[in-house]
Amino acid sequence: MSSTVITLFLAIVVLTLVITFFAARRTQTAGDFYTAGGGLTGTQNGLAIAGDYLSAASFLGIAGAIALFGFDGFFYSIGFLIAYLVVLFLVAEPLRNLGKYTLADMINSRFDAKKVRGAAALNTITISTFYMIAQLVGAGALIQLLFGIDYWLAVLIVGVMMTIYVLFGGMIATSWVQIVKAVLLMAGMLIMTFLVLLKFNFNIGQMFTNVKSVTAHGEAYLMPGLQYTEPLGTLSLMLALVLGTAGLPHILMRFFTVRDAKTARSSVVIATWVIGIFYVLTLFLGFGAAAFVGYEAIIAANPGGNMAAPLLAQAIGGDLLFAFISAVAFATILAVVAGLVLSGASAFAHDLYGQIIKKGKVTEKEQVRAARYASLAVSVLSIVLALFAQYLNVAFLVSLAFCIAASANLPVILYTVYWKRFNTAGAVTAMLTGLLSALILVSISPSVFSPVEGAALFVGEPIFPLTNPALVSVPLGFLGGYLGTILSKETDMKRYAEVKVKANTGYKRSGVSH
Amino acid sequence: MGAEKEYKQEQRATKEVDYVQVIESKSFKKLMHDRRKFIIPLTIFFLVFYFLLPILTSYTTFLNTPAIGDISWVWLFALAQFVMTWVLCTVYVKKAASFDKQADQIMKEMEQGGDSR
Repeated sequence: MSSTVITLFLAIVVLTLVITFFAARRTQTAGDFYTAGGGLTGTQNGLAIAGDYLSAASFLGIAGAIALFGFDGFFYSIGFLIAYLVVLFLVAEPLRNLGKYTLADMINSRFDAKKVRGAAALNTITISTFYMIAQLVGAGALIQLLFGIDYWLAVLIVGVMMTIYVLFGGMIATSWVQIVKAVLLMAGMLIMTFLVLLKFNFNIGQMFTNVKSVTAHGEAYLMPGLQYTEPLGTLSLMLALVLGTAGLPHILMRFFTVRDAKTARSSVVIATWVIGIFYVLTLFLGFGAAAFVGYEAIIAANPGGNMAAPLLAQAIGGDLLFAFISAVAFATILAVVAGLVLSGASAFAHDLYGQIIKKGKVTEKEQVRAARYASLAVSVLSIVLALFAQYLNVAFLVSLAFCIAASANLPVILYTVYWKRFNTAGAVTAMLTGLLSALILVSISPSVFSPVEGAALFVGEPIFPLTNPALVSVPLGFLGGYLGTILSKETDMKRYAEVKVKANTGYKRSGVSH
Repeated sequence: MGAEKEYKQEQRATKEVDYVQVIESKSFKKLMHDRRKFIIPLTIFFLVFYFLLPILTSYTTFLNTPAIGDISWVWLFALAQFVMTWVLCTVYVKKAASFDKQADQIMKEMEQGGDSR
């Protein structure tokens, strides 16, 4: 490890700890802990959404996928971005108007039922856990490569940092770590893109001509079909990507950190610009890596292509840029896992403990204490799981998390806001059908079973053909909610009228504490 | 706690408002109608536009023909996805401002006793 790498690495650690120190002094109430007191501006929250969303899988994974597979790597970029139109058009504003701290709060604004809240909390915990294991295992492997330290130490460093942010600084610290990370990440992307373009004399046509000849794929590199050859598999993945974001608990939670629906809207717009520019730039990083690092060197460093961006930094900017990009990757990981701890903790402490076990009869002090214990528990559990999962191929867990979010959360969110007849039974069946169908189908899919040893978790023939089951499990989630509703008699038009008015006007959001 | 006081006030306010009456009101129905007319077609449009890309790349090859130099149509279509996202974002914000005004009007009517039929 060079001294530049160590210095920048420590700079990030110190900077985020300073943020946490100031955030801790401002974290007094449960509202502060879960939603930063609802006091973020649209720009701050927009940057924090970008910081929460753009994981190492986006930064390093997509750059690597484009470097190795050309156009097919770019599919992810498009799906991850257009997902924000679903968030903006259908979800963000009603969610802000109806919810308080968690997704379960929003659904429960229509149904005061423990089983509804319990099911929503279960979804949040499941999605956050899968996402978290994927992030931590990826982080461990990556930091091991970047800084040359052992996997267990890498996981432990990331784990301890995320625990400190959330435990002491709650959502305020998490938000500011995410904002700082978003700024650093965009700066890193812009610098790298500038240097890549400089090499091609700022001629994009020349860049395309060049990559067509330098990779082993030849002309096929610029055409779709190198990675995704199954049409239905591609469509299924694209469906999970575009609908999943609007159901990811750690992203949805960010909308409670702003004052009202209008600010929620402006934060989505800021996030969409930042995230969109980011994903356009992944193209330049991928092409740059293909041209200046080369296929063999990328594969040799990491078979998944995760080292493409750092190696490109080394190739075009030397040790200093490599150190900077490595530090950015570290900050990227920290910001995402902190958001995940917070969303998992909110489901345990607020939904399960505060609302279901204690029936909402908890003082402000008890709420904060419960939130802190839950954060600690979620962190420790994730660290332990990540340490055991070192040798497992868990890359599919990110797209699985998107698939569960799309199948189990999005149907119930849309039904709650837009469907008059929807009822308690429907809410529970929508969530459980979506969750179970996604989980069961994945467990018999090629993501889990592969005849080739090491390609998936187990060796064997997959029963279900699609790697990502969204194409089947999302319709099942909607169908489950529909059948659960029409097969039971209960309806509450008065309550729906209230939800409809509040969702569409922002009139007197329930239980606002700021 | 200020929060608790606010909560109680809100509970009282909740009891006073007849939400069924509000959703039956002319101004609320107009807001719903305007929102639907705007959101549904555009949502269908962006989903179709989005899925057109993997459908065309999976089942056809005509996007592989060159458009500008070595840049083929598939890249331009991909770029169009980004442009579409930003354009729709901007359009939505403009339109939402008018929904905000309608919503403010409805809330004003609710506070005045709500009968605007």
